[in-house]
Amino acid sequence: MPKKEEKLINKDGIRSDGRKSNELRPTKIIVGNLPNADGSAYIEQGKNKILAGVYGPHEVHPKHLALPDRSLLRCRYHMAPFSVDERKSPAPSRREHELSKIIRQALEPAIFLKYYPRTSIDLFIEVLQAHGGTRCAGITVASLALADAGIPMRDLTVACAAGKIDGQLVLDLNDIEDKKGEADVPLAYMPNLNAVTLLQMDGQLTLGEFEDAVRLSLEGCKKLYNIQKEALRAKYVSKMEDEE
Amino acid sequence: MSNVAKVKQKQIAQLMSKGKRFDGRELYEYREVTIEMGTIEKAEGSARVRLGKTEVLVGVKIDIGEPFADTPNDGVLTVNVELVPLASPTYEPGPPNENAIELARVVDRGIRESKAINLEKLCLEPGKKVLIVFIDIYVLNYDGNLIDASAIAALAALLNTKMAKYEVEEGKILLKPGYLPLPMLNYPIAVTFAKINGKLAIDPGLEEEQVMDSRLTITIEKDNKICAIQKGGSGYFTIEQILEVAKVAQEKASEVRKLVVKK
Repeated sequence: MPKKEEKLINKDGIRSDGRKSNELRPTKIIVGNLPNADGSAYIEQGKNKILAGVYGPHEVHPKHLALPDRSLLRCRYHMAPFSVDERKSPAPSRREHELSKIIRQALEPAIFLKYYPRTSIDLFIEVLQAHGGTRCAGITVASLALADAGIPMRDLTVACAAGKIDGQLVLDLNDIEDKKGEADVPLAYMPNLNAVTLLQMDGQLTLGEFEDAVRLSLEGCKKLYNIQKEALRAKYVSKMEDEE
Repeated sequence: MSNVAKVKQKQIAQLMSKGKRFDGRELYEYREVTIEMGTIEKAEGSARVRLGKTEVLVGVKIDIGEPFADTPNDGVLTVNVELVPLASPTYEPGPPNENAIELARVVDRGIRESKAINLEKLCLEPGKKVLIVFIDIYVLNYDGNLIDASAIAALAALLNTKMAKYEVEEGKILLKPGYLPLPMLNYPIAVTFAKINGKLAIDPGLEEEQVMDSRLTITIEKDNKICAIQKGGSGYFTIEQILEVAKVAQEKASEVRKLVVKK
């Protein structure tokens, strides 16, 4: 381990992993990769590797949780024990409990839950490898799994973080930037509705910096939105060609 | 989740669209805050805060323990929330649920990210022995906006904390006579807004929370920077709404801070 404090951005404005300040990590998404799930998707965003699977709408267990006027959306964000440097206990941590809740609430505004009363939609996000920004990548991939399950939605939900490192605003923080940086602003967004469905922040920002960070996150979201749509097309367009 | 009658829900929503609130407050009017400090003698620090009818008691305990491996020179901060069953007919005994965990983590984030406590000063022996600050939040009466009430009570309790004096001599920790205040560097204040029927209101009461689409908490530190944000609820915010709320939060935070810090 080098003891020396390394700069997160060099004098040419290039970040530790070779990116420019407003550049996303290389992102690859596959839709419909899990045969058993009703809907599924897989994302690689930099070194992040995350799977999402959706079961439902189906009967609720236990039954008393069923809602008379809409479907019950349940979400579990979970990290594999081998996903981080030091083995993580497989039992859900307090962080995972919080993230499960806010991810559910980030996706809920998109879904027409009223179409499926007395059912549940169960969403599972498994982080196989974590390298910063897993809540955002988890939302991006989960939204595609929901779409793949054929659940009607108002829009895809896409998420991306912006933050401040070495005094500069940057897009899509990686692990090191998240830990050593000055601030992190994860944000989830439905582009067609101009709706922010998740917003968190930690660190220290002035109001002006915060506004710029939000706008930068939105830029990232819009780029990822195109990748999301392509991934969805890649599955269903090839299917249609097969059938011909 | 909502156990407010449909009629009442409709009434709250209709009033909001006219810029009025169910309890007669203005949209950006906070409920009355009362703070009592040092209510629990056995705790190193404590405070009881009332925000309207919401009531929260916070106790601070300090113990000696081991630091985290990645911060060997820093003391440890832990925040826990108990939604005590006597606080609401909807609460049940048991381990903290996701609401309690989220509440604790939002309060924790405000204190941690603003560097409210100078954790470096809580180190006794680097890598081996540090002081651990336990902030235990006890919700006594739930009438909405637990985040703000808890954050105020936690800050008040920290400001009220007297810790024992320790000194390390030849690898042994010795207890010295007298007490020290906690080394405080910042005073974060959380300000929460609810979005109901497209309108924003500060400090939502219980009924408002049960009909709100979404919630946004912005924590402001003493030099007016933002140090933590949390969106909650199943709805959304527009960018314009977020920026407006952030500005109002700055104003309200400095008002509320005067109530806590002067004491």
